[in-house]
Amino acid sequence: MKAPERIETCDVAVIGGGPAGLAAALGARRAGAREVLLIEREKALGGILNQCIHDGFGLFLYQETISGPEYAERLIEDVAREPIKVETGAMVLDLSPDRLLRVDSRAGYRLIRAGAVVLAMGCRERTRDMVGIPGTRPAGVLTAGSAQNLVNLQNLRIGHSAVILGSGDIGLIMARRLVLEGVTVKGVFEILPWASGLERNVRQCLMDFAIPLELRSTVVEIRGRDRVESVVVARVDDAFAPVAGTERVIPCDTLLLSVGLIPENELSKRAGVELSPLTGGAVVDETLMTSVAGVFSCGNVLHIHDVADWASFEGLAAGERAARYAGGERATGASVRISAGTNVRYALPQLVTAGREGVEWSFRVARPLRDASVEVRGKSSGRVYARRKYPRLLPSELQKINVRTAVEEDIEVGCHE
Amino acid sequence: MGGTDRTIYDVAVIGGGVVGCAVLRELARYDLKLLLLEKEADLAEGISKGNSGVIHAGFNVLAGSLKARTNVAGLGLIYPLASTLGVPHRKTGKLVVALADEDRPRLEELKAEGDRSGVPGLEIVDEAAIRRLEPLARGRWALWSPHTGIISPYELTIALAECAWQNGAQVLLEAPVEAVGYEDGTFALATPRGRFAARRVVNSAGLFSDEVARLAGTGDYRIFPYRGEYLISDRDCGLGLGMPVYPVPTKDDPGLGIHVTPTLEGNIIVGPSAEPVGDKRDLASTREAMARLKAEAARLMPELGRTSFIHSYTGLRPKLIDPRSKDKFGDFIVEESAVRPGWIDLVGIESPGLTAAPAIAEMVAAMIGAGLDLRKKPDFVPERPGRVRFAHAGDAERAERVARDADWGEMVCRCEHVTRAEVVSALRNPFGARTMDAVKRRTRCGMGRCQGGFCGPRIVEILQDEGVPVESITKRGGGSHLFFGRLKG
Repeated sequence: MKAPERIETCDVAVIGGGPAGLAAALGARRAGAREVLLIEREKALGGILNQCIHDGFGLFLYQETISGPEYAERLIEDVAREPIKVETGAMVLDLSPDRLLRVDSRAGYRLIRAGAVVLAMGCRERTRDMVGIPGTRPAGVLTAGSAQNLVNLQNLRIGHSAVILGSGDIGLIMARRLVLEGVTVKGVFEILPWASGLERNVRQCLMDFAIPLELRSTVVEIRGRDRVESVVVARVDDAFAPVAGTERVIPCDTLLLSVGLIPENELSKRAGVELSPLTGGAVVDETLMTSVAGVFSCGNVLHIHDVADWASFEGLAAGERAARYAGGERATGASVRISAGTNVRYALPQLVTAGREGVEWSFRVARPLRDASVEVRGKSSGRVYARRKYPRLLPSELQKINVRTAVEEDIEVGCHE
Repeated sequence: MGGTDRTIYDVAVIGGGVVGCAVLRELARYDLKLLLLEKEADLAEGISKGNSGVIHAGFNVLAGSLKARTNVAGLGLIYPLASTLGVPHRKTGKLVVALADEDRPRLEELKAEGDRSGVPGLEIVDEAAIRRLEPLARGRWALWSPHTGIISPYELTIALAECAWQNGAQVLLEAPVEAVGYEDGTFALATPRGRFAARRVVNSAGLFSDEVARLAGTGDYRIFPYRGEYLISDRDCGLGLGMPVYPVPTKDDPGLGIHVTPTLEGNIIVGPSAEPVGDKRDLASTREAMARLKAEAARLMPELGRTSFIHSYTGLRPKLIDPRSKDKFGDFIVEESAVRPGWIDLVGIESPGLTAAPAIAEMVAAMIGAGLDLRKKPDFVPERPGRVRFAHAGDAERAERVARDADWGEMVCRCEHVTRAEVVSALRNPFGARTMDAVKRRTRCGMGRCQGGFCGPRIVEILQDEGVPVESITKRGGGSHLFFGRLKG
């Protein structure tokens, strides 16, 4: 019997080879980790970047905009210059709290013990039944990301005329892609009063191609027995319930869903990592360490990013911290709790070591705001540790705020118009 | 096979649901030439895929009826059968809970009905016992049925057919019977895939059994489809429901009430609604039913109010009772035609048809045996090797499999941990079922939380590697095409 007789070891294992994981492997090397293992479940490194053939990546990391595959290529080249052990086509099936990984690949099924682990598994898309669309179950209903894979990587014609539900960035990008591939896009329908995706994508992918975006509306029924024949759309009220009498039948053979992304934390759960109900990702401290010692998190598995660059920056930081943990460095234990206040959906990290200076928080607002003032305020003292003014804040954009002074008490990140 | 098939079959079974496949496998014990004709692109595409997957004990049906007799007999047969066929199942027990004292008499009635039918082990239990048996269940009183269980109805159906096929039976998909002729004691069944001759026919066409009977001129049955919608939770929902929990059925409910049932993988199923519909293919879900299911689940089990559902599905019950009539109970019909001896109609086989299927199969075999000199085949193999699930294997077995065949090391479905080896094996099924749903039912690819978002494109690649052109890739056969060719030459 070919039992995995021995347990292999490494200093830092990075799970996921997308924009966050590639950067994390580099970060770990730069911080001195000797044996860094980068594990990617797809056949090639790059993650979802590989199917993002549109432009718009790299503005913050490389000060120019390039396509997803080009962005991935640069990181992959950097990784190739380092003695980083890369395994592709390898899937981590299990992660224990003491950092034992069970890895399956064509090369073999193995057990690996890591000195530190960086979680960089990315996210998945919300599906039809998570948003509860009634109707038939024909072929032709797919998530925008799956469609992107089939169209961009497999060169397949997924339909002739499409409706897109949800205005997430992938949906917007795919609206344009489908038009360029000769598919009629009948419209994008968004249940919220604002677009979920970035403004630049609304402009460049919808407006420039005269694709209608209808806010406060949704798909209330899918029709067609074998293949989608039409969808029924309707306006919604303030409680997101369809308004009777506003239904409209739109003939189409394809329905794309771009209704939200969910951090893919199955492995984190297996390791016992505490998750935040607000982000869907791990609760982390300022070193991006989760509630499980030696397990760090970054990128879309931690919280959903608007641009890949931020996921990469987060990956670099998580990789560095993981290397330092693997080298024996231990934090004193983060005790200051950060919560989201008025108009803020979440702020991250959720825990900070008391007395730490120069902490940077990522946050997202819960609704579009104008002339907004964001405050980091002490919960017991009421002291304002940082304040920043923004002419406009959108829920689609991830924002950052820096606190220079040491934080000694639980704080709240809030925002007022 | 097809138009050139000159065989005169001893028995043709129409319909590849759990009952038809159980009949086929039972008959495969004998020295008979057997053929099963299924109209869809895979087995279990009708009633057999859209139900709760519960092995019923038999207290919900009128004592003395054929439903009760075949249910109780089937209860004794189905567990060993599932083990023999390598189909995952579990005897979980079941609770029917009364939330208020005044519902207790209904539990007593159910118990009395079950006792009359010979259902083993029924007991009325109190609040403390309920919590001990199933910590998630709530109620003042409950009927405890220790022999109820759960099984995957489509896996059982497929396993029955595979076992019959191993023993020589033919199975033909996408072969709806469109006309029936009769001459010199032989039936002629016309399908788009050719004409087939058989001396005996078992009409197990489920929802369409009335129409098939009409084609044969054997009976004037009428099936009334009742739609049942279900929701299914993530298996990672963290609740760990151990057994089906049912509400006290109201007298006018055409079903058993909206209940919660665990799957073998740990998902929780909520449903079904019960609504008469005009169309036997109307599997559409509705906003109203979805909302009702959620409300009812939360009433039965408050924890479910916070659970997210990853999938919904709909089934149709083939009822013999007109929704407008006062009657509420329609019995199974299992009868040989008086005008066309050799033709056996199985009509109105709704719940508890899954549990009853092995007993119905024995009945049908006895009916066929009455007119023939049935000889058992000495080489009948009752077993079917179960499917290997990489996700359920231990470290040593996993390592060994990958070392032997690297396809076990290629993970296709990241949610349910299904390997390429499992997908390829599913695609090489003996019936040629090669739809996306056929892969899903055989491997669980696409049943996880991403609902095929990630594995779908990979299965599309594997299908092409296995020689299926992209234009022929469908969700479930017919016109359910996924693609319209390639974008660029």
